[in-house]
Amino acid sequence: MSWQIRWIAKPIVFLACLIPALHLGLGALNALYGWNIGDVSLGADPVKHMLHTCGRWTLNFLMITLCMTPLRDLTRAVIWLRFRRMFGLFAFFYVLLHFSVYLFLDQDGRFSALWQDIVKRPYITIGMLGLLLLLPLAVTSTARAQRRLGRDWTRLHRLIYVVALLGVWHFWWQVKKDIREPLLYACGLSILLGYRLWKLGGSRARLSASRLAATDAT
Amino acid sequence: MPRKSSDSAKIAPSAITPYDKYLSRRSLLAGGLGWAAAQSIGGFPRDAFAQQSPGALAYTRNAGFSVNDTPTSYKDITTYNNYYEFGTDKSDPSQNAQKFRTQPWNLTVGGEAEVKGTFTLEDILKPHALEERVYRLRCVEAWSMVVPWIGFPLGDLLKRFKPTSKAKFVEFKTLYDPKQMPGERTGVLEWPYVEGLRIDEAMHPLSLMTVGLYGKLLPNQNGAPLRLIVPWKYGFKGIKAIVSINFVERAPRTTWAGSASNEYGFFANVNPQVDHPRWSQATERHIGANAFAPRQPTLPFNGYAAQVADLYKGLDLRKFF
Repeated sequence: MSWQIRWIAKPIVFLACLIPALHLGLGALNALYGWNIGDVSLGADPVKHMLHTCGRWTLNFLMITLCMTPLRDLTRAVIWLRFRRMFGLFAFFYVLLHFSVYLFLDQDGRFSALWQDIVKRPYITIGMLGLLLLLPLAVTSTARAQRRLGRDWTRLHRLIYVVALLGVWHFWWQVKKDIREPLLYACGLSILLGYRLWKLGGSRARLSASRLAATDAT
Repeated sequence: MPRKSSDSAKIAPSAITPYDKYLSRRSLLAGGLGWAAAQSIGGFPRDAFAQQSPGALAYTRNAGFSVNDTPTSYKDITTYNNYYEFGTDKSDPSQNAQKFRTQPWNLTVGGEAEVKGTFTLEDILKPHALEERVYRLRCVEAWSMVVPWIGFPLGDLLKRFKPTSKAKFVEFKTLYDPKQMPGERTGVLEWPYVEGLRIDEAMHPLSLMTVGLYGKLLPNQNGAPLRLIVPWKYGFKGIKAIVSINFVERAPRTTWAGSASNEYGFFANVNPQVDHPRWSQATERHIGANAFAPRQPTLPFNGYAAQVADLYKGLDLRKFF
C-alpha cells in the first residue's frame, strides 16, 4: 500500500495540483506572443487574471490542507495525512506566484510601490503578513525538521489557522462590492476551524471526565 | 422638440422604423442613395440592408474631440465589461446580455423642464447627427481603455427638453427589469442604477450620448441602446441602458456613491492624487495590444483637464472626489 501511495498516488496528485499554474503559464505565453495554443486565454487583463487566480488557488490549497484532519477523523483512515504536506506546500507555491505576479507584473518590480502598499493598504498588509507566516511552515515541512522540533513542530504549524484567516480576510477586503465569493471561503473556514474547536471542547470534556474518574478511583 | 410617444402611438406600428434600422438607414444615405430613396425606404426589400455589416452606423469622425491613442481591440472592449445588471464578473455581461431586448425602447423625461413625457428612442435620436469620438476610458478599478464611441452631444439632447432655471442636476436611470437583467435579482447594488451630473457637466461638449462603438451599434454588454460617456470621469458614471432622464434641483443619490460614500463620490473625476481608500489611483493598467506593458500614469481628469478643469474652479477636489 505504501509504495503505491508514494509512487503512484502522490505523483498524480502532484501533477493535478500543478494544472492551474500550467494553465496560467500557457495563457501568459498566448497573451505575450499572440498565440492561441489550446484556446487558453487570460482575457483582456491577463495580469489581473493571473493575480486573482493564484490568490484563489492559495486559498483553495489552504482549505484543502485544513480538510485532511477532519477527513481522517470522519473516514478513520490516516491516508489523508500523507497528502497534507504536499497540499500545504502547494498553498505556499501559489502564494509565492501570487506575490510575484503582484510585484513583478502588476507593480513592474518597483519595491518602493510594494512597500507603500504594505504600509498604506490594510488588505495588502494582511496578505503580506499571511505570506510571511507561511514561510516558517514551508521551511520546517521536512521530516527532519519535524523530528528535530518535536512537539514544537505541532505548535508552530498551528499557525496555518492564522494564515487561513488572514488569507480570507485579505480577499474580503479587496473585493469591490460583490462579497459572495469571499463569504463562501469564510463559511468554509468557519466550518473547518469550528470543527477543531468542537474537537478541543470534546477532548477537554473527556479529559476532565477521566480525571474525575481517576480521582474517584483513589 | 421631441414628439411625445402619445403622438407616435397613433402611428401604425408597421410604419415605425426600429432604432437600429433607423440608424443604419442613415448609413445607406451616407452610402450615396440620397434622400429620395430614403423616403421610400419602407418599400425596400430587406436585403437592401444586407450589404452592410450588421448594425453599421453613419457618422462623421470628430477628430477635434478624439485622442490619437490606438483604440483597444473590439474584442476586449466587448468582453471585458463592468455591468453589474448582468453579473459582477467582467465576462458576465457579454455572456448574459445577448438576449437583452433593446426594442422597443422608451425614454422618460421629467422634473424641472418644459418638455416632459415618454419618448420613443427613435424620436430621441432623430434630430441628431452621429459622430465618432475616440475617448480614453478610465475605470475606478485602475484599468483603462481607448474606445471609438459613436454618439452625439448630451447637451444637444437636453436642450430639446428646455430645462428650467431650477434644473441644477440631471439624473439618469437604467432599466429595471430583473427578468432580463439577472444582476438585478441580487442585492449587490441598489436597483435601478442611478447616475447624475451637474447641469454644466451635462452640457459640456465632451459629454456624449452614446449609441455605438467601432462604427457599429452598441453591443448589449456595452449599454445598448443608449448610454452615457463622460470621459474625464471614472467609468461608472457612464450609465448604461438609460430609460429615464430627470432634471432636478439637488444632487441625486447615485448608486456607487450611495453604496459606499467613502470610496466613490458624486463627481468621480479621474484624479491620480486622490486614491481609492483601498487602492492607488496614481497609475492604471492599460488594456491594449501589449498585455504585459508596465502600468501607465493616470492623468488629471483623465487627460481632459484643459477642457474641463474650469468646471471645478474653487472646488476642493479632495473633498468632492
